[in-house]
Amino acid sequence: MTAQTDDELWSAIADPSRRRVLDLLVSNGEVSASWLAGRVPFSRQAVSKHLVVLEQAGLISRRKQGREVVYQVEADRLDQATRAMAELAAQWDRRLRTIKRLAEAAHAEAKKKRRG
Amino acid sequence: MAGLGIEREMLVEAPMEVVWRTITEPDQISQWFADRVELVVEPGAHGYMQFGDQGGPVVVETVDPPTRFSFRWNHAPGEDPVAGNSMLVEFTLVPEGQERTRLRVVESGHELLAWPDAEKQRYADEHRGGWAEFLDRLASVLAKR
Repeated sequence: MTAQTDDELWSAIADPSRRRVLDLLVSNGEVSASWLAGRVPFSRQAVSKHLVVLEQAGLISRRKQGREVVYQVEADRLDQATRAMAELAAQWDRRLRTIKRLAEAAHAEAKKKRRG
Repeated sequence: MAGLGIEREMLVEAPMEVVWRTITEPDQISQWFADRVELVVEPGAHGYMQFGDQGGPVVVETVDPPTRFSFRWNHAPGEDPVAGNSMLVEFTLVPEGQERTRLRVVESGHELLAWPDAEKQRYADEHRGGWAEFLDRLASVLAKR
């Protein structure tokens, strides 16, 4: 994943209101913006804005259904996001393990010197 | 800051001062983080870290020995790292007896830190587990479909 798309994903998911919208889309499948607006504590206008950001990040897509536009999650992209976050966490686990090893070795060395 | 980013913890069998040196001294940082580190550990100090053939600026934010150390990185060269364009890495050290230290790291980023406090609090209350948990949950719902 490039830094650019990473950034978009990060920003898209970072906002709690957008996460609520995403949540509703995940649990309810294809729904319209007005359906969503009826289930969140913010305006229809705000819903539309969030949908644009989520769509730009590739997390959702839209299609016309009769006279309505409906939205749905892009499962692959969401899966990619999940893996990116898991990778970030794993990276920190590796770094912390190295820090632990270094600090414990330094501590053991200092103790040995004090004794010797 | 609970739940606002990637949050990991490790129990280290060494006193806080030793752990502190490991996370703040450039020749130590180059062993667990970047390949090459040029850094003065002072609040506001600008430094540089090299990762393989790529590198970037780092700016030290908090230095509160031996309990708190934070820096910003991953921002565009030439730009000053602020909330909204960079990642913040925060280390917290908590003593667990004389020779044991709980080391916690939180990496948070971009828009997160620019949120108003009320929003942060609401987020923290609603999503204690952070994004990773949120995404895990979404992924499991998706898997069932």
